[in-house]
Amino acid sequence: MEFIAQHPVLVVSLVKIAVLLFIVMTALAYLTWFERKVVARIQSRWGPYYVGAHGLLQPLADGLKFLFKEDLTPPASDRLIYTLAPFLALSLALTAIALIPFGPPEIQLLGQSIFIVSNLDIGLLFLFAITSIGVYGVALAGWSSNSKYPLLGGLRSSAQMISYEVSLTLSVVGVLLLAGTLNFNEIIAGQHGYFRYVPFIPRWHVFPQIVGFLCYITAAIAETNRIPFDLPEAETELVAGFHTEYSSFKFAMFFMAEYANMITVSCLATILFFGGWLSPFPDSWTWQLYLPGALLLLVGAYTAYDTALNMHGIARIQMAVVTLLALGIGAMCLIPAVRPLIQGPFWFTTKVLVFLFFYVWTRGTLPRFRYDQLMSFGWKLLLPVSLANLLITSFLMILPLLSHA
Amino acid sequence: MSLPFIVFFVCALLAVLGAVLLIVAREPIHSALALVLVMMSLAVLYLLLGAEFIAAVQIIVYAGAIMVLFVFVIMLLNAGVEERTDWSKIAKFVGAPLGLVLLVEIANRFGSSEIGRTVANGNGAANQAVSTRDLSAALFHQYLFPFEATSILILIAILGAVILARKDE
Repeated sequence: MEFIAQHPVLVVSLVKIAVLLFIVMTALAYLTWFERKVVARIQSRWGPYYVGAHGLLQPLADGLKFLFKEDLTPPASDRLIYTLAPFLALSLALTAIALIPFGPPEIQLLGQSIFIVSNLDIGLLFLFAITSIGVYGVALAGWSSNSKYPLLGGLRSSAQMISYEVSLTLSVVGVLLLAGTLNFNEIIAGQHGYFRYVPFIPRWHVFPQIVGFLCYITAAIAETNRIPFDLPEAETELVAGFHTEYSSFKFAMFFMAEYANMITVSCLATILFFGGWLSPFPDSWTWQLYLPGALLLLVGAYTAYDTALNMHGIARIQMAVVTLLALGIGAMCLIPAVRPLIQGPFWFTTKVLVFLFFYVWTRGTLPRFRYDQLMSFGWKLLLPVSLANLLITSFLMILPLLSHA
Repeated sequence: MSLPFIVFFVCALLAVLGAVLLIVAREPIHSALALVLVMMSLAVLYLLLGAEFIAAVQIIVYAGAIMVLFVFVIMLLNAGVEERTDWSKIAKFVGAPLGLVLLVEIANRFGSSEIGRTVANGNGAANQAVSTRDLSAALFHQYLFPFEATSILILIAILGAVILARKDE
């Protein structure tokens, strides 16, 4: 007890980590559902449909299937590294999320801000450090399987991740110059307010840094190995790429790591370019306090309508539960004490969801690049453009200083 | 025993363990990974000293870029298991004892120095972190010339590598 009293940071952090882990794991599971539904819509299909109403229990069924499948280890593999690789991939992907602020730091419990696990002064650098280590999970998985296709997949992906990491980092430096700090909370706080001459546009970094943003989002898709840059797992050429030999839960870990990386990258885009947990509306518009609750109540009303009209049998019960959840949480968000609390996380999640939708949208729209196209795109177009963006930004920032001298 | 003290010893042990593994391991990839372990532990030690920026850069540059390239090349060449020879006589009878003497001497010197005593008393952890701002101010004002000279040197090395690797046309 004495130890706990002396180190409130440790205790609060552990609680925050447990809660965040639970939320992120659930979000990962339902992100797969979301992706399959949206891609199905784009391709005029139904997507997951049979397990639960609207296929809502599909992630659960998939998880159970992964758990109970036989866990094969190829006899020629390097046993230690073969086991280490998926753990490395998933744990690094989850560690990165600990650095993300989901709400303003002013909301505190026991003197600790509740919306961020670890508020570091070098938050951004640390995040890049973690993502730069993330390559090992993929490369080692490919190597340790001791098989042709995984090795090729691992090689391709390490080459790709190294190449695009350069542009990813450079595209962000423009924002850092504008913000003047590496701390996420300070970067977000710096985007508060509106531009001087156009008072209706929020002072988000996307507007001055539009080139940087485009470079970032392209490099980010490549960095997370997603379509159209998913060459490491191009199934027509490489079976399944680096995780061909993996089965059961080890495969699921790679799968979860990929989705966790998608979430991290979307969160980072939100923080750096879209004002993080800040609302796009001026503070004087107090009706926005009711927005999260009202939206959830609307969703609840729609699902209630859906339950009553379209659902039968057990699906009706499942949909009724969803309706009750939406209505209940919506009503809770309208309680005066909760209203200001929920603002930050609400805007943050909304923006992140937009990015995740964008990810899925590109997957449903674009064909895959060829490997040489990918490499020349990264080195010959993306890198020079992000470098030029950096040069121009720093020149424009130093211009006022020059005219004074 | 304070928390930084425990973390220091765990990471120091890990660093030494990684260094030994690096030499003992027979598979090149295992050696490379052991080196990554050394670098990560060193990064934690930098953090304990309050050098946040150096710690992050240590991970990004060494563990994240250079070692990834090492692993990449080992994978690309598909390097096999190392061959070993027995120790040569000189190494066994002169090299090993001399190495031991060097180790003892370093430990002795370090233990009797000012820094060594501070660390041994458990005061190794810095009271105040060096901010990135201070570091960059020092780099770009006080040490601007050496900094730029180093970067030009590295640029020359890169150009040299490109020219050597180019095919003759």
